[in-house]
Formats: sequence, C-alpha cells, structure tokens
Amino acid sequence: MSAYLFLLPAGIILLLFFFFPFFETIELSFFDYGNNIYKPTFVGFDNYISLINSPLFLKTILNTFYFLILCVPFLVIFPLFLAILINQNIKFKNTYKVLIYLPVVVSIVVVAIAFKWLYAPSGLLNFFIEKIGFEPVGWLTNPKVAMFSVALVTIFKGVGYYMMIYLSALMSVPKELYEAADVDGIVGFKKHWAITIPHLMPMIALVSTISSISALKVFVEIYVMTHGGPMDSTKTIVYYIYERAFENLDLGLASAGAVILLFVVMGFSMLNIFVFEKDKYKV
Amino acid sequence: MNLANSKKIFTHLILILICILSLIPFLWLLSTALKGRSENIFAYPPVFIPRDFTLDNFVEVLKLVPIAKYVLNSFIVASITVILNVILSALAAYPLARMEFKGKKVAFFAILATIMVPFQTIMLPVYIITLKLHLIDSYGEIFGYLGLILPFAVNAFGIFLMRQAFLTIPREIEESAIVDGCNSFQIFIKLLLPMVKPTIALLAIFTFIGSWGEFLWPSIVLTNEQLFTLPVGINNLSSAFSSDYRLVAAGSIVSIIPIIVFFLALQKYFIQGSNDGAVKG
Repeated sequence: MSAYLFLLPAGIILLLFFFFPFFETIELSFFDYGNNIYKPTFVGFDNYISLINSPLFLKTILNTFYFLILCVPFLVIFPLFLAILINQNIKFKNTYKVLIYLPVVVSIVVVAIAFKWLYAPSGLLNFFIEKIGFEPVGWLTNPKVAMFSVALVTIFKGVGYYMMIYLSALMSVPKELYEAADVDGIVGFKKHWAITIPHLMPMIALVSTISSISALKVFVEIYVMTHGGPMDSTKTIVYYIYERAFENLDLGLASAGAVILLFVVMGFSMLNIFVFEKDKYKV
Repeated sequence: MNLANSKKIFTHLILILICILSLIPFLWLLSTALKGRSENIFAYPPVFIPRDFTLDNFVEVLKLVPIAKYVLNSFIVASITVILNVILSALAAYPLARMEFKGKKVAFFAILATIMVPFQTIMLPVYIITLKLHLIDSYGEIFGYLGLILPFAVNAFGIFLMRQAFLTIPREIEESAIVDGCNSFQIFIKLLLPMVKPTIALLAIFTFIGSWGEFLWPSIVLTNEQLFTLPVGINNLSSAFSSDYRLVAAGSIVSIIPIIVFFLALQKYFIQGSNDGAVKG
C-alpha cells in the first residue's frame, strides 16, 4: 500500500503536466482553431495534410535536419578528442576542465547574446575574417550562413558537456589494456584507436543520440539571435510550433507539428532506452 | 628536448587555445561593458582593453532594469524546483527500486515513456492547463512562481537517477531495520536517504543549473516584468536596448555572475567525472 503513497506526489505532477498535455496535444491536432479559437471544429487529419503540403513546414523540417548535420558530428567527435587529450597525467587538468565546461552552465540566452555581438557586421569575428584576407560575412543576415552561425553557438555551448560525459566513460577503460599495448609497442594515437575508441563505442552511440535529440529541439538560440530569419533560413520545427501556438494561435496546426516532431524524437529516444542505456532502465 | 616533453607542450597549447575560445565571447562582452561613451565599440581594429574604462554601464543598466529582482526570481524558482525534484524523485524512486506492488511495471514504463516526449511537443497543452489552474502571474506572485515551478517539479531523469542510487544499497541493511520494527517510511528517511547523499547533491546541482538557465517555459507564461527570471529579463533587455550594446553587455555580464560563482564553488561535482548518471537527452 505504501508504495502508492510514495509514488503519489510525482504521479500527480506527471499526470497534470505530462500525461494530460500529451494526450491533449494529440487531440488538438485533429481540430481546427483557424476560424474561431473558442469553437474548434473536428477536421480529422486535415492539419497533418496541410502541414505536409506547406512549403514553410517542409522547409522547417529540412532546416532542422540541416542544423542537426551541422552540429551533431562535431559534438560527437570533438569532445571525445578533447576528453582523450585532457585525460592524461598533465598539470592544470582541472583548470582546463572548468574553463571548457564554463559555457555549459551559462544560460543559452547570454551565450546567444554574446555571439550576436561577435557576429555583428563590423564585429570581432569579421575583423579576424578580414585579417586573413576574406570578405566580411553576414553571419546572421545571409540566409546561406545563418544556420551555420546558429549551429556554432550550439556547439560552443555543448562541447564541455559532452566532454565530461566522455571523461567519466574514460575512467572505466581498464588500465591493463594500455599497459598491454605498451608491451606490444603500440604508441600514440594508434593506442587510442585500438583501445579507447572501441571501449567508448557505447558512449559514442549515446552521445550521438542525445545530441541529435537536443538538435531536433533547438529553439532558444534561434529565438534570441535570428527569430527564424533571414528568409526563414533558421526556422526549425520547434520554432514553427512556437509561432503557430503562441503567435498565430493556430492550436491545431501547432499540435499536428508537435506530433510529427514527437515521432521523429521518439525514434532516437527508443534507441537510447532500449539499446544504449538498457541497463539503467531495467524493471 | 625529448619527444615526450614536446608532446606535453603541444597538448597544453591545444588545451589553452580551447580554453581561450570558450572564454572569448564572454570576455569580449565584458570588454564592451567596460567601455565608456566616448569610446567607439565598433573600433577597427577592435580594442580589448577599454581606453575609456568605466563602470557607468553597469550602474546605468542596474538603474534601468530590475536585474536584482530577476536574480531573486531565478533564485526562488530554481531553489524550489530543486527541493521539489529531490523530494519527489526520491519518494517515487524508492518503491520502484525496492518494493513489489501491483502495477509496478505500469508505473515504471509510464515514467520511462515521459523521457521520450520532449517538453517542446507538449508545451501548448501545458500552457493551457497552467492557465486553467490559474497558475499564472496575473493572479498574483505566488501563482506566477507556482506556474514556473510545478511543470518542472519532477521528471523521469531524476526518478531514474535516484532509483539507480537506491539499487546500489545492499538489502541486508533494510532487513535489519525491519527486524527492529521500522516502517517503510522510517527506513526511507532515516536509513536510505542519508546513504544516497552524493546522488542527491548531483541531482540538486544539475536541476539548479537547468532551472536557472531555462528560457522557453518562463518566456511563455510570464507577463509581469516583476516576475521575470534572469534569462527572460536579459533577453528582454537585449531587445529593448539593442541599439546600445554597452548596456546589453553590462546586463548580460551581471546576469552570469551568480551562476559562475555557484559553478566555481561546486566545481568538484561537475568535473570529478561521476556525473554520467545525470546525462539528459
């Protein structure tokens, strides 16, 4: 009996702010609020059909995956490289860790504001670009570049986080393996290629899925820096949902977009739960 | 110089470079915030050490914008969110780790399922229900705070993190307590909670950082500037004073001081490498 009492408080919160809204999202996606927000009409799959036929929505999907491809490979590989580099017997190890982790704890809003300033037309970044002999770049004003600029902010904010994950995984690699490699005369980077990387494969897979999931959910960087522009070039799925829901009050369309995003994210999450982290989630 | 030494120097050089890169955006903001009215902040070439050094921008931005109130709001919201997360996660995790009861599997998988659903996909109905429950700042400060806090009062990551911690405690310890006549609540409070203190600290710290930096939800529910949390307030400042980047920079710098102090004070929890349980998707 007491088991239920222990579960009750968390159960109430999850019921109110998770399960109920979850089913409501699905329900809302079958209604049209376009004409009158107080008198929705049931329209079946119409919202989904109009989304699929909407060039803007398709563009936000492409944009989101473009963003994912820009940041995920980098966020999987570079922090691993850093973790291996820092995981040596070197001085100032902790200082390096602290400084590289610092952007993780700072609010993404401030990070985005700081980058907006670096990206200014006659800002610091363009100064260096011109210094090495290139034309100044319209970091946030050129539709071809803007998404790259946003991804750079996400990368900046994420590197330290994933590096720490790799560092804790590195602690579990048995030292004897490296000693055996020394005996065999395997040195330097080859040693990591032969021992570290295979040992960290489960972690690399996990970092790939969690960084993909957070890429699919990207919003704040874009909201603060570009508002989805220029020319919708940085408008992502979540931004689209946000706009429909809270600016156009088109609740049906917003919810249908949310359900579509949900399916995409669920694919990645299931990989995590049932493959990469299955030990943690055993009954 | 031998090979091992030059390799070490090379390693340090790369790491120093990365550290500089991770500080530059903030240092450049700081430099801008310290430049006086007479100094061109768009100077070519850029000037790092302010020539017309001043603290006026900080004084002015603190006069124009209630940053202290934002800090207080963020602190209230983050602290209560932490307390609720620790209590509710620990409570829910205990039966999942230790008891056998009807519907355990259902409860387990229901909680697990929440991991797969990102907040962004349900934020609209969460907003609707928050409105219906009157948990919105137009009904008063307390309601405003509750609206910011309650939707994030517990989550599956916290529950599973605590569950993992309880699972590592040997069962014999509880069995002897049961023999001594303790009920499950007493065992939970007196015996188990003290044994998972490190995990509680981990959960508390990461929840605090997350709540402190949260932007999306507060920006949806907040209407009254008196209840703005730091990220919302600073974003508001940056659009209101976009023509004066000295002030935006000064406000941003002020806003990150508390969390940086918090981070540096508790750095060992972040860098000891035992935070793999706190991995969030």
